[in-house]
Amino acid sequence: MRQVAILGVAMTKFGVSEKTNLEMFAEAGLEAIAQSNLEPKDMEALYFGNCLGDFEEGQMHMAPFAHAELGLPVSVPATRFESACATATVAIRHAALLVGSGVYDVVLAGGTERACAMGTPLATRTFAMGHHAQYESTVGLTFPGVFAMAAHMYSEKYDVPLKELKQNMAEVAVKNHYHGAMNPKAHFQKEIDVNTVLDGMMVADPLQLFDCCPFSDGAAAVVVAEAGKAKEFAKKPVYIAGMGQASGGPLYLQKDLSRVMAREASIAQAYKESGLGPDDIDVVELHDCFTIAEILALESFGLYEFGKAYDAATKRETYLGGKVVVNPSGGLKAKGHPIGATGAAQVTEIVEQLREESGPRQVEGARVGLVDTLGGDFGTICNIILRS
Amino acid sequence: MDYKLTYDQYQQGLERGELLGLKCNTCNNVTFPPMTRCRECNGTDLEITEIAGEGTMRTFTVIRVAPEGMTAPYVVAMAEIDEGAWVMGNLVDLNPDDADMSLIGKRVTLGSHVVKGNTYSQGDSRVLTFSLI
Repeated sequence: MRQVAILGVAMTKFGVSEKTNLEMFAEAGLEAIAQSNLEPKDMEALYFGNCLGDFEEGQMHMAPFAHAELGLPVSVPATRFESACATATVAIRHAALLVGSGVYDVVLAGGTERACAMGTPLATRTFAMGHHAQYESTVGLTFPGVFAMAAHMYSEKYDVPLKELKQNMAEVAVKNHYHGAMNPKAHFQKEIDVNTVLDGMMVADPLQLFDCCPFSDGAAAVVVAEAGKAKEFAKKPVYIAGMGQASGGPLYLQKDLSRVMAREASIAQAYKESGLGPDDIDVVELHDCFTIAEILALESFGLYEFGKAYDAATKRETYLGGKVVVNPSGGLKAKGHPIGATGAAQVTEIVEQLREESGPRQVEGARVGLVDTLGGDFGTICNIILRS
Repeated sequence: MDYKLTYDQYQQGLERGELLGLKCNTCNNVTFPPMTRCRECNGTDLEITEIAGEGTMRTFTVIRVAPEGMTAPYVVAMAEIDEGAWVMGNLVDLNPDDADMSLIGKRVTLGSHVVKGNTYSQGDSRVLTFSLI
């Protein structure tokens, strides 16, 4: 495999947008291409992520329309990726695999989502399409419900009283809002305290409103290129050190929701390919769709022992300046979660961190960063380790 | 290859009050609900069996913000049946506001109830229910 680099990276402001999916994607995509000192005609493929355009705008098969908005040549193939919330990371991984194998030299990859256009009841229904349609979504399962069941299981398995676990989960939300308040692209740029979380409306016991990330609109895109191009076009090249992707089945087959088996398989691939391990990681953008999700992820990476990550934010170990900085962007919780775009925004944050371009939320001396994106109910996990 | 027990046949079983699964003639494991192959050993020498219908609660939640077409609150739970498989269903015969951590580990019997179809489903279907013993 050839060495692969990330050149330009860009994201729109996340939040509630009046722009269409295509307009948001074009904004991010053209900025990423321009930042790479390239032109749209230099792209050899477009790997385009979108999950729910059918319901948001009545738009299926959006990739060729995004291709047209960007002004790519007709000979350049545009392909849609859909892996639920892991969509854009999976698109970027597949771009990197084809660049690494020599099929292409330069690929634009990313995603767009306009979830707010649906409103909460339809958005909750369409997100629930990520569950097994015959055996799991029919019982009225929702995504907060999945992570709520994981939280109850964690409390029981590790003998952490639910009240204590919830207090510590709230601290994860407090941290990610603290980081998000420093990110001008974040959906929520406001600090909160533990009481904001614990006084919130109950969504799925024991998860309250501020344990949950929002529905958001937004787009993000990155230019994936053969490493020689990076030396030519990028001031501070950032390289892909290792990647992983793995798949879990329905929840009833996964059984123990406190252990994300697909993540353990995915991160093992990424560590093996990169020759790096948990001790080498300076900064992490991980999939904190719910507060408990951040705790589970830290344990899967080997950054904490199983059953021990629940108070990491409370001890400030995952804050800026802590032992490993987790979600300096604000994470899905504060930065927002336009599902088809999220993975590309995570890569954008890590690349900017490794280039030392992150301003007040810069992780000092960051050299190695980890991206972690989860799709569906632990069905897809994709990891990318980046290094400067 | 032939599907030994399809989703439709499984649904017809629930309609008759039968909890149909597949017993593996290679490893004796019971796969419930049905799949193409044994969930433990991947074996395909399977025969239709009726499970005993009892299990143990492993986790739960109370859904308070429901998807379009459903009415909250209601309890979603996972139970481990005595034959070993884990299944998802609705805990019934309990006020959702009384659901707490003490449910985990409690014994339940399995049944089923009808869930109305909606715009994006295949129509009405039966799903598993759990009742505390």
